[in-house]
Amino acid sequence: MPLIKNGEFADDNWILVGDEDELPADTPVIVSAARWQAERETLLGRNAPLGVKLEAGEAPELIADDLDRFQLVAVNFPAFKDGRGFSYASLLRDRYGFDGEVRAVGEVLRDQWSLMVRCGFDAFDVADGTKIDAFKEALGEFSHVYQATGDGKKTVWQLRHGG
Amino acid sequence: MYRYDEFDHTLVKERVTQFRGQVERRLAGDITEDQFKPLRLMNGVYLQLHAYMLRVAVPYGTLSGKQMHMLADIATKYDKGYGHFTTRQNIQYNWPALSDIPAILDDLASVEMHAIQTSGNCIRNVTSDQYAGAAAGEVDDPRIWSEIIRQWSTFHPEFTFLPRKFKFAVCGMNEDRAAIRFHDIGIEVVKGKDGAPAFDIYVGGGQGRTPMIGHLIGEAVPAVDLIAYLESIMRVYNMNGRRDNLYKARIKILVHALGAEEMKRQVEEEFVHVKEKGVVNLPEEEIARIRAYFAPPAYEALPDESSALNEAMADNKKFADWVKTNVAEHKADGYAIANISLKPVGGVAGDASDDQMHVMADLATQYSFDELRVTHEQNIVLAHVKKDDLFALWQGLEKAALGTPNLALITDHIVCPGLDYCALANARSIPISQEIAERFNDLDRQHNIGELKVKISGCINACGHHHVGHIGILGVDKKGTEFYQISLGGSADENASVGDILGPAFTEDEIADAIETIVETYIKIRQEGERFIETYRRVGKEPFKETLYATH
Amino acid sequence: MAQHTNTRATTQAVTANRLLDGEVVYFTADGTWSDWLKDADVADGKEACAALLAKAEPSVAAQQVVEPYLFEVAVEDSAIVPASVREKIRMAGPTIRLDLGKQAASI
Ligand code: HEM
Ligand code: SF4
Repeated sequence: MPLIKNGEFADDNWILVGDEDELPADTPVIVSAARWQAERETLLGRNAPLGVKLEAGEAPELIADDLDRFQLVAVNFPAFKDGRGFSYASLLRDRYGFDGEVRAVGEVLRDQWSLMVRCGFDAFDVADGTKIDAFKEALGEFSHVYQATGDGKKTVWQLRHGG
Repeated sequence: MYRYDEFDHTLVKERVTQFRGQVERRLAGDITEDQFKPLRLMNGVYLQLHAYMLRVAVPYGTLSGKQMHMLADIATKYDKGYGHFTTRQNIQYNWPALSDIPAILDDLASVEMHAIQTSGNCIRNVTSDQYAGAAAGEVDDPRIWSEIIRQWSTFHPEFTFLPRKFKFAVCGMNEDRAAIRFHDIGIEVVKGKDGAPAFDIYVGGGQGRTPMIGHLIGEAVPAVDLIAYLESIMRVYNMNGRRDNLYKARIKILVHALGAEEMKRQVEEEFVHVKEKGVVNLPEEEIARIRAYFAPPAYEALPDESSALNEAMADNKKFADWVKTNVAEHKADGYAIANISLKPVGGVAGDASDDQMHVMADLATQYSFDELRVTHEQNIVLAHVKKDDLFALWQGLEKAALGTPNLALITDHIVCPGLDYCALANARSIPISQEIAERFNDLDRQHNIGELKVKISGCINACGHHHVGHIGILGVDKKGTEFYQISLGGSADENASVGDILGPAFTEDEIADAIETIVETYIKIRQEGERFIETYRRVGKEPFKETLYATH
Repeated sequence: MAQHTNTRATTQAVTANRLLDGEVVYFTADGTWSDWLKDADVADGKEACAALLAKAEPSVAAQQVVEPYLFEVAVEDSAIVPASVREKIRMAGPTIRLDLGKQAASI
């Protein structure tokens, strides 16, 4: 699957490994939260970046104390209607101050990208054939926002009063 | 009333462009119906039995004469010459073509209106008290806070794919005309410690198949904290609300499962963090800016008594009847609140023709500072009419068949579209409403019965509020035939209660008789001055059950 | 869904709403969609019904209609009559506004 990061296609160096898969050597891997908890020491002993994948239902609180161990958190969307991941990204950025990559994986609609960016996602696994122009267009659909999020964008409420 | 500035205008216009693109992608086959459905729903576009349906937001029910004219024009140009005013204080069109909807949205945007978030699992149009700004005893105009919530909830990045739809209602005093205890979040403006407006926040009310009364979890939350508090509730719900079962996904189920105490604890824990972060501040200047739009209109200094009104009432019994039922007290001397009933006997509750909409708009311009409100009981309100003008107003209404004098009487029903329009329906609701109205058509009889709220839904989703009707009627399907179940004793006001089901359902032919039996029973057993709901609360359902099922 | 497909019905036709304007349409024997139930193809028996629906399904991907489904009908004096109130109303229009919907064409 192509990866869009910070608004452009990017090489994806990460490998998502299943809970039963062998860990490849010296390669950045993404593991489930369960595997992280079960094999914490082994994973820390590796000599490559580490990422963790949160399923819907696994709130970031689960890994909050370990966040400085991860360079990447992937948040899975089992269905586009399942919006839990929006809150997970907000919490990762605003509450826990995570500044690594937050990647949206799973079923995501074009019309969700801009909202996701506002919540703190900076990387997206997108469907084959996705055009980068479509991504940019989707992100540019709205000039202003009413809500403050961690993305630091000035809100309408601030702009109105010279903020 | 509120007016868009360049920011609001830009966003609504950009939304139309976005939706136009979504429709184009759908028609070109770039996205499937499954992918398109949530997108069209978030813009108020349903597919009903006969056609698409477009639900247009009327934020907190308030609109200008110009906006009402536009609603009429849209009905003429793109629909079949009428619109349906709903319990959500919105208007629905029953026949628009999908390919026309972007153009309709353009027309709406030109008068600062839209269909944003009128459906879908997001924060829906905020509803409020139709007497806002006009009722005596109000702590603060609830529309100020409704507008703030409207802006905050519009395209909220985190809360647009919630487990289920989410409805807010706000009222500005302890007399509740907005059914706040039957909303996902209900807000009552109260006086805070410093005398400034603060908010009592109820959570987990709702109707549908499991009616529940909301729990008070936030008491006198100060204005600076309002948005942070709401964000906290929304986040707890977004993360923990059930997503495995459509019927258990509303926040009321979460609140019920956790218990109100635990819900409150989780919200407050979240609130500490949200507030500490400080990004969701509501600036004082912004509150002041929005407040200014809802400043009281320029009332004339008038004596409270109007001799013109008294004379007209003495001369004209029909007018006097209308005043008696449809006119309410206004806080300003010499002014009154006029209710326009959209429930003529033989009509369709909540429907108005394009011509009627134009008439109401013109009358609002002439007599009520150019402003109208849609009520959750599917009527229209002109909130600031001089008592001296009431007779002229009434004459104007009468000419357009809008002078029905039945507010809150037994012929003024809330009625969902039911099986005549709705794809989810089990049974028709409108013909049942018509039958009951015809049965009780005699005005003296209606007055003798007094306040009695009949509410009818065509299925368990309860769009017609049957759970909170003094008499509630629910359509059920038995092997392809329509049946109707009766409940008694519901109430949506500050003494909120859910109705009790009486017993086995009735057929279409039996239902008007059944209602008549209930009413006759009430007349027999009521005490001096007792309303139906009070009698019911005193005696319970047994006397009604006895007479009802003895005769059947 | 309420008043929807009766799984035990034997005689059925296929209906949907047209994508562009939402109009109620029926699937015909020549594989097109008609506004009128009288033009509908009627299938008898479980397999024939399933085959009829399968034949109609590609119209979804072709952006012609939305949500096709089978519904029970009876053939009386060579007229096709829907079994449920719901489908009778879809075929005609709202029962409280005879000037609206397909029934309006006959007044
Ligand atoms: C015509 C298409 C409509 C559809 C498909 C529809 C669908 C639904 C559904 C599925 C529910 C149940 C929600 C739940 O329990 O989680 C519901 C509730 C409700 N709807 Fe509708 N509805 C429609 C029309 C209307 C109309 C015309 C009104 C206003 C008159 C309305 C107002 C409401 C209200 C007030 C509720 C109950 C409050 C609550 O959300 O718990 N709906 N609707
Ligand atoms: S209560 Fe049922 S029948 Fe009535 S509008 Fe709602 S979903 Fe349709």
